[in-house]
Amino acid sequence: MKPRSLSFLLAGLLLAGGVHASAAEHVHASHAWIRVLPGNLPAGAYVTLSNDGGKAVALSGADSATYGDVMLHQSSSEGGMSRMMMVDSLSVPAHGSAVLAPAGYHLMLMKPTRPVKPGDLVRLILKFTDGSTLPTDFLARPANAVDAGEDQAVPATDMKSMDHAAMPQVGH
Amino acid sequence: MKPRHLPRAALLLLLVVSLLLGGCQRSEPLPLRLTNVSGHMPDLDFKLIDDHGKTVTGADYRGKVVVLYFGYTHCPDVCPLTLAHLHVVMQRLGALADGALILFVSVDPTRDTPDVMHTYVNAFDPHAVGLTGDPRMVESLVKRYRSSFTREPASIDGNYEVSHGSAIYLFDRDGHARALATPAASQDDIVHDLHLLLDNGAAP
Repeated sequence: MKPRSLSFLLAGLLLAGGVHASAAEHVHASHAWIRVLPGNLPAGAYVTLSNDGGKAVALSGADSATYGDVMLHQSSSEGGMSRMMMVDSLSVPAHGSAVLAPAGYHLMLMKPTRPVKPGDLVRLILKFTDGSTLPTDFLARPANAVDAGEDQAVPATDMKSMDHAAMPQVGH
Repeated sequence: MKPRHLPRAALLLLLVVSLLLGGCQRSEPLPLRLTNVSGHMPDLDFKLIDDHGKTVTGADYRGKVVVLYFGYTHCPDVCPLTLAHLHVVMQRLGALADGALILFVSVDPTRDTPDVMHTYVNAFDPHAVGLTGDPRMVESLVKRYRSSFTREPASIDGNYEVSHGSAIYLFDRDGHARALATPAASQDDIVHDLHLLLDNGAAP
């Protein structure tokens, strides 16, 4: 039965394709927060991305209904100078994680379309280089917050995936 | 021979004794944990506009231990992080924090008006003062502390970043530069050194 075996083969191929699927399917976001600054000043958004898949994926940016413009940036302090650079993408290694945290990688949020105040949840659609997306809710925190806050122990989009004791590693 | 040598020896002894005494009279150097810049950087001096729109000079802050940091309000990451850390430092000083001030000087005086600075610094700490003013005055203050800043090319929508020196400077109540920290310095060390400076001489 040739046609039948062909269809099995096709089904198998489709399944194999399904295992690799999209980048977003293997990525879990946690510690997602935004540092809210007064007025319409640009804000920084931070998140830990962990990849449980066997293939490295790469974050390319984000979209949001709340901000007109979102850019992936990296801060550096080489030679005593603080600088910001635009970054095309940030790799999340296979079975590893990437951290967007203050003084490093961050999403710069500009042109807020509505006032965002501490305590708000703001949805950003994280975009990966393969075109897949991961909608993630970010907690708006006050300007003088230094991190996601202890109350952010629950991951933003996935309740089970993160081991908080593990030291996350930044992928390059 | 002897009578001629004796006065010489006495003079030498006098010199040694006076040096020793001089050494004792000089105050012990503060056991700072951050980079000690005492005597290596000029006293706090500037003429700028504070976040209430008032012209102020370095002399207006004598009597306070001053934490000086350069930055700008459109800086989404490192500047607010540094100010947030300094806020935690101030909180850890408790009531002593009233003897200290954070002076946040804008390296982007075109966008950072006194009003913008006022809202901004107050989002961080009640002991923070925002300073802005004539770009030449800002530049001379930045240069005075051997720092620099560069306005980066603007994007299509006119937004631009400013690369700037990231150091944090600590001044004693007399306006003398005493310690230098990087933004990565431990909060413990900054708190430690501020304690030393706050304990060292009461406000006039």
